[in-house]
Amino acid sequence: MAMVIRVFLLLLFIFFYAKHSFALYEDQVGLMDWHQQYIGKVKHAVFHTQKAGRKRVVVSTEENVIASLDLRRGAIFWRHILGGNDIVDEIDIALGKYVISLSSEGSLLRAWNLPDGQMVWESFLQGPTPSKSLLFISTNFKVDKDNIILVFGKGCLHAVSSVDGEILWRKELATESLEIQQVFQPLDSDIIYAIGFVGSSQFDTYQIDAKNGELLKHRSAVFPGGFSREFASVSSDMLLALDATRSILVSINFRDGETRFHQTYISDLVEDSFGTATIFPSKLTGKIAIKINSYIVFIGVTGDNKLEVVEKIDYPAAISDALPFSEGRQAFALVQHGENKIHLMVKLDNDWRSNLLDESIEMDHQRGLVQKVFINCYIRTDRSYGFRALIVMEDHSLLLLQQGEIVWSREDGLASVIDMTTSELPVEKDGVSVAKVEHSLFEWLKGHMLKLKGTLMLASPEDIVIIQGMRLKSSEKSKMTRDHNGFRKLLIVLTRAGKLFALHTGDGRVVWSFLLPSLCRSETCEYPTWLSIYQWQVPHHHAMDENPSVLVVGRCGLSSDAPGVLSFVDIYTGKELKSMNIAHSIAQVIPLPFTDSTEQRLHLLVDADKHAYLYPRTPEAINMFQRQFPNVYWFSIEAENDIIRGHALQRNCMPEVEDEYCFNTRFLWSIIFPSESEKIISTATRKLNEVVHTQAKVIADQDAMYKYISKNLLFVATVAPKAAGEIGSATPEESWLVVYLIDTVTGRVMHRVTHLGSHGPVHAVFSENWVVYHYFNLRAHRYEMSVIEIYDQSRADNKDVLKLVLGKHNLSAPISSYSRPEVTVKSQTYFFTHSVKTMAVTSTAKGITSKQLLIGTIGDQVLALDKRFLDPRRSINPTQSEKEEGIIPLTDSLPIIPQSYVTHSLQVEGLRGIVTIPAKLESTTLVFAYGVDLFFTRIAPSRTYDSLTEDFSYALLLITIVALIGAIFVTWVLSVRKELSEKWR
Amino acid sequence: MEKSKAIFSALVILGLCLSVLPSAIAKSSGTSEGYTINGRVKIAGMGAKGFSLPGKISNVKIILNGGQRVTFLTPDGYFSFHNVPAGTHLIEVAAIGYFFSPVRVDVSARNPGKVQAALTETRKGLIELVLEPLREEQYFEIREPFSIMSLVKSPMGLMMGFMLIVVFLMPKLMENMDPEEMRRAQEEMSNRGVPSLANLIPGAAGGSR
Repeated sequence: MAMVIRVFLLLLFIFFYAKHSFALYEDQVGLMDWHQQYIGKVKHAVFHTQKAGRKRVVVSTEENVIASLDLRRGAIFWRHILGGNDIVDEIDIALGKYVISLSSEGSLLRAWNLPDGQMVWESFLQGPTPSKSLLFISTNFKVDKDNIILVFGKGCLHAVSSVDGEILWRKELATESLEIQQVFQPLDSDIIYAIGFVGSSQFDTYQIDAKNGELLKHRSAVFPGGFSREFASVSSDMLLALDATRSILVSINFRDGETRFHQTYISDLVEDSFGTATIFPSKLTGKIAIKINSYIVFIGVTGDNKLEVVEKIDYPAAISDALPFSEGRQAFALVQHGENKIHLMVKLDNDWRSNLLDESIEMDHQRGLVQKVFINCYIRTDRSYGFRALIVMEDHSLLLLQQGEIVWSREDGLASVIDMTTSELPVEKDGVSVAKVEHSLFEWLKGHMLKLKGTLMLASPEDIVIIQGMRLKSSEKSKMTRDHNGFRKLLIVLTRAGKLFALHTGDGRVVWSFLLPSLCRSETCEYPTWLSIYQWQVPHHHAMDENPSVLVVGRCGLSSDAPGVLSFVDIYTGKELKSMNIAHSIAQVIPLPFTDSTEQRLHLLVDADKHAYLYPRTPEAINMFQRQFPNVYWFSIEAENDIIRGHALQRNCMPEVEDEYCFNTRFLWSIIFPSESEKIISTATRKLNEVVHTQAKVIADQDAMYKYISKNLLFVATVAPKAAGEIGSATPEESWLVVYLIDTVTGRVMHRVTHLGSHGPVHAVFSENWVVYHYFNLRAHRYEMSVIEIYDQSRADNKDVLKLVLGKHNLSAPISSYSRPEVTVKSQTYFFTHSVKTMAVTSTAKGITSKQLLIGTIGDQVLALDKRFLDPRRSINPTQSEKEEGIIPLTDSLPIIPQSYVTHSLQVEGLRGIVTIPAKLESTTLVFAYGVDLFFTRIAPSRTYDSLTEDFSYALLLITIVALIGAIFVTWVLSVRKELSEKWR
Repeated sequence: MEKSKAIFSALVILGLCLSVLPSAIAKSSGTSEGYTINGRVKIAGMGAKGFSLPGKISNVKIILNGGQRVTFLTPDGYFSFHNVPAGTHLIEVAAIGYFFSPVRVDVSARNPGKVQAALTETRKGLIELVLEPLREEQYFEIREPFSIMSLVKSPMGLMMGFMLIVVFLMPKLMENMDPEEMRRAQEEMSNRGVPSLANLIPGAAGGSR
């Protein structure tokens, strides 16, 4: 019998350890993860619609993406994200098959194959001085069927062959302060014009032979009034520029090499023009658009340099560049705003009265104003010309308009997530109709029959497709109610455009979106920038009827002492509850661990002058806060001065400011790093909402160690100033990395360790009693990851039972943040292969499940690495008891197991952050990774030990149960017979 | 992918073609003093794989110094970084489906034109900067085809197996036992009153009467 049990246990053991992996099967992709691809706010767009076949638009964006989009559906054909320092200046299409991109301030010219995005060639252009970069692809000038590309960058004019990127000639045009503003080649001409300004008042024209780059003519003329550097070309030989005072329009005529100026006062053209004028950057012909006060004035040029006002329209409007279409005619688009509508007009360049197109399109006002418009023309079936317009909205979304309708739209604001938080969904209301149940029962049975077929490998290919489709769009996961496991939540993300999106974790769809009010964009606050998002009200115990809400913090302007803006948004409805323009600045927002009777969280906003303000401003909040007044501590990091300071509250700042919610603060401590040898490059703290299950860690030999768990620990990494730059800029001798663990209440340095010969950047995560950080080791020339674990030594004696019995333990002693506990530190270092962009750690509801590190690698993948690999107690030959504990033998580098990539075969392009959210189910963590793309999945670091997985075969279970019952009856009958025969014997 | 066998020499060359530039610029050091790193990525049989990986040569990125610069591959796999200062640099290749070791590249100011590259994972030196993946990466578990073994290994299979063992092997074990010992065991069992299956089910007990 014992042997049987042993065999059984062995079998069980084999079963549990044979399939010890966390990976997905390929057909499980999309079951619990979703991936969304974005491109960001479009800067330039070039249409490619000439030939039959796929119609495309090639765009470059502020997220530094070059992408080719399907003009019919808006899908991405291909896209490339350039490096962070390699900003795209301009794009164009050459030869009808290459996308040409100019980047890095005019020094890198690349050609991409239009159909598939393969890079064809790359040219590195050099020049002596940084300058404006310009790209001009001449269509009329051809050398052996080769269009030449004219590039001005770094003070040189280059002519580049568009076939292979070879530099045909280069001409240096940079003198001391010449700034070339425009390069163009008139039609049917071999002469290239380059025009620019020298200093503030000299205007230069260069005429260059397009064949060999010889300088044919150089003229310069001085305009005594000076220029404001704003200009627009009206025709091939005329410019309109603003003078230095922005009150005079100067027409510059440079025909035949002669430069003539002609001044016109704007006030003569436009009445009540007391504001300053700016020229719209749109390239039109025969006219320019200038903005004065709240108007856009189109000014046309008639013969002999006479200027006249063509039209005057209200300001929020967007104008496209002129688009040449049939027989030398040119058209441009103008978009104006109406009530919940936009008006798109396409007009001929030379005739204002003509409207080639006049459409009104319903527009969700959550998209804000139109910021950019690009037009493209096509030939309708009746041989007339139609126009389609690509518009970029204030929330960075991209829309294609055609025939008075929105053909497609892309929410590209989601490419620039700056902060996020989560929220529970509403609780499910009772009352489900019977018909629904019956229907779902039938569906359920049908589904299970199909699944059974799938399990038994009897399903036909069509069935497999149906099964896969059923699994992917199971209505369960995209319901708008809370689920038992806590997998369904709302992700509230704040984008750079100032728009809030609520994404459903089930399928990633946008539940609602809300453009944070542009009403703050008043006289007082022209450009509010939104910074961060906090959970303001999370009703759970009482106040269950209230909807949860978030607090969005912004400021009016870019400087840190600009006045702040607060907005409170209801999470279920997506409506703003209230918004505030507050008088003080916001340097720091501290969510306090107290909530009032309506579950509103108390927040402390610290301004630049170190005054603290309490929100919400209610008497109840201030009463609660007064009680906790002496227990509030915080710290601030001044990275530029290399100082960390600790603060506490002092008293009401009544005498100075009449405000009982305002408090003075005092410095408690400061740590000043010697700026000649150390520079702060990275800090990390524990997550505020992290749950720790147990303070003790049972180690081998029935011993225990006590984790030092404090919410007030701060990890700081400093490097030598020389090593603060990029890798390769410092030698191992002159670089070092110093790591500190600082208690933020007392300012005490708990631990300090120096890594000589190491280099930034440092990425760190802090969780429970350990911190893991990633840095570069210059001596080994590899990346390293180190772990530091902190244990409380003062509680180590508590293990003595006798003391426990006699009451001599210190378990009941109050824990104070002021106490100086004896801590011991264990640490270990390993090699890690990849560069890291960001790091996070899993978090679960109760903290029981073991942790995994989530590492965002340079290849934009997210790797899950067990914390067990980063255990300082690993040794080369672990003892038997250590092995039983699960300690892995020490290796010099951390393993990269491809199956443990959370993102499997996908990439989260431009990865910037990883957020983990605990689900209600203890084993499971929700993971949200954002960058240009968004990716969401859920992972179980120790497998789903507390629930059955989705591919659990219920059919097999049923079969087994039936078989067992059958066996019971068979054996019963057998045993009855046997017993009977025994008795007969 | 074109499999050119041309010998790729002079991998790190002096980026400034001094003959092209006017001498005035060549003297003005500082702004454009740098070297060019040229190299090549070779992936055998790319695109001819059976897996549905989106592994395409156009999606391969070459990354210098952890993201300082990013470049892409030409159709035949070449890449270059321009204007790189002298020093020791790190090149990484990001290609979905392949594991590349980062490469340490020394660009020396003293003897330009000399490349020193080494894989940091294996510490293998490279004579020329040709990067090849160390291994392919398989991101998914391979679903095993339906087999009796997998059914047996599942918990339900184990339950059945255990039951079969009890039903068919136990009597055999009993038979092999010494009859004396058997009797003793049976006595012991009856003394202790261990419920047998027949006793457990009242119908069975009644039927035996």
